[in-house]
Amino acid sequence: MKTQRRNFLKIAAMAVLGWGVRPASELMAAGGGTASEGLLFASRHKVHAGPNTLTASRWAMVIDTAKLNEKVMEDIVHTCHSIHNVPTIPGNQNIKWIWETHMDHLFLEDLHEYQPEAGAKSALALCNHCDNPPCVRVCPTKATFQREDGIVMMDFHRCIGCRYCMAGCPYGSRSFNFMDPRKHLETTNPDFPTRTKGVVEKCEFCAERLAEGKMPACVEVSEGALAFGDLADPESEVRKLLAERFSIRRSPTLGTKPCVYYLV
Amino acid sequence: MLEKAINGSKIYWGWIAFLLLLMSIGAACYWQQLSHGLTITGMSRDVTWGFYIAQFTFLVGVAASAVMLVIPKYLHNYQKFGKILILGEFNAVAMVILCLLFIVADLGSPQRLMNVLLHPTPNSVLFWDMVVLNGYLLINILVGWVTLEAERKQVAPPKWIKFFIYLSIPWAVSIHTVTAFLYCGLPGRGYWLTAVLAARFLASAFAAGPAFLILVTYIAKIFTGFDPGKGVLSTLGKTVVYAMCVNLFLLLCEVFTVFYSQIPSHMAHLQYLFVGYHGHGVLVPWMWSAMIMAVVGILILIDPKNREQDNLLIIGCLLIFIGAWIDKGLGMIGGGFVPNPLHEITEYVPSQLELGVSLGIYATGFLVLTILYKVAIGVKQEIE
Repeated sequence: MKTQRRNFLKIAAMAVLGWGVRPASELMAAGGGTASEGLLFASRHKVHAGPNTLTASRWAMVIDTAKLNEKVMEDIVHTCHSIHNVPTIPGNQNIKWIWETHMDHLFLEDLHEYQPEAGAKSALALCNHCDNPPCVRVCPTKATFQREDGIVMMDFHRCIGCRYCMAGCPYGSRSFNFMDPRKHLETTNPDFPTRTKGVVEKCEFCAERLAEGKMPACVEVSEGALAFGDLADPESEVRKLLAERFSIRRSPTLGTKPCVYYLV
Repeated sequence: MLEKAINGSKIYWGWIAFLLLLMSIGAACYWQQLSHGLTITGMSRDVTWGFYIAQFTFLVGVAASAVMLVIPKYLHNYQKFGKILILGEFNAVAMVILCLLFIVADLGSPQRLMNVLLHPTPNSVLFWDMVVLNGYLLINILVGWVTLEAERKQVAPPKWIKFFIYLSIPWAVSIHTVTAFLYCGLPGRGYWLTAVLAARFLASAFAAGPAFLILVTYIAKIFTGFDPGKGVLSTLGKTVVYAMCVNLFLLLCEVFTVFYSQIPSHMAHLQYLFVGYHGHGVLVPWMWSAMIMAVVGILILIDPKNREQDNLLIIGCLLIFIGAWIDKGLGMIGGGFVPNPLHEITEYVPSQLELGVSLGIYATGFLVLTILYKVAIGVKQEIE
């Protein structure tokens, strides 16, 4: 009896030890050389490119606030939310991937009271796909991760719903599924997954469309108000716009290096 | 030694039954949360952490009280604390269990809890919080049990346990520091983005923790006749009042920095908490009550003569404990989210189901605390 107990304890201890060591060794294997600036350990994920995939060194978006109007913004929000199965939930436990808000909320420190028109004007808010994303830094499971092309992605299946990324994001760009989102979907796009309750979600720069060679849906329906391209390519449309026009970013002093630029 | 927990008076069993009843109420509420999601809480897209995380943050502090006994006993050879040291260590066990339960209750997908271990992420402070909390739990279970067993056999504790006793000192500091670091490295959250946050957490912990310990020791004394020894609790009361003074001082440092600099995003949270912001101020009466309780508690306990009187010591500790609870258990987390980084105001009030779950968790913690104290005090009375 005594030896049995000892053996059992031995096996149990080895099993626990092995279980503890395994992920740590995985971590070491993944750690080497892939850490990006500002992220000590969170690795950048390689992008798996197919034959048609649109690729870039650094994807970025430019929003021309002069070209935005109510109709364009409504179309953009509607298109994005319907193809990505984003539910319409009343109240403050809602989900937003891209939404309309006043400029003075977007640019708290850049506008002043003598620009009443600029402040009252609306523009679009979405995930900034920061170069130095706080959400990736704080996520305890790597459910939020960054690809090498800069897109900040969500792994819905790994998220434990701790909402640390939401506390970390200084742009309010993330939403949490407080309830079952499927009950609030009128129609479902079968080409994109629906989510479950208890996970965080957000805009992913239409990574699934880029993989098929298509531009992000919001850019397509924006009637020229939104441009999307490679920040590393001097010939890209986004670089040309940034060179020609004056642009601002949201809360640049926080050091997150947002990759959504607003032309004003 | 656990057999001590199954021999008790009617009052003891009545209390256990009462806790089990509260636990089943909590379980029923948690069942609602599991089936409907965190939508049953008062949290929102803007205020994403609420009552659960606030309770965890506060209770990490209460777990600290053990170290305020370990340091004098082992580093300064102050033997008087020897008698209640075990109560401090078992209190830490119960409180850390409460912390862990509150964290799990807050998860949107608790079935994936193990992902934190399966995909360890050293860049996340949450990972380190998991490490330090579980470590502190294990250290206190080990130290408490081994020293108590030695005491029962009336032999000196084994030498190797000393290592864990000394390890528990920096480890206790680490649980507060790491918990503060959860908040104070986040861009765009002005209320938390301050280097004194960890120091403030430690100060309020060393006030609230020993205050709680004093109160439960009195309760134990009433029901079991356990005598902590002359002057032990009033000496511990000194720790409480000094720590609360430091806590208030750090808060005033914060107020000066924020309001002299006049940076709006940092001022907004304190304004929201203490005077209301754009017509919103659900926490204003609470925060002022907390401040008044802290000041009155300090005024009572700062006088050594008052600390010698049981009634005044109890009142002072109650005031300081409740004051610290409001400050950390309501204001610290809720106030940090309002207003949000887009300067929109969404207020937060915990829902009834959320409070029901919390009640059940608290009952679980008190059940653990009761059983451990029953064992500890039983052993102490057996050898006398």
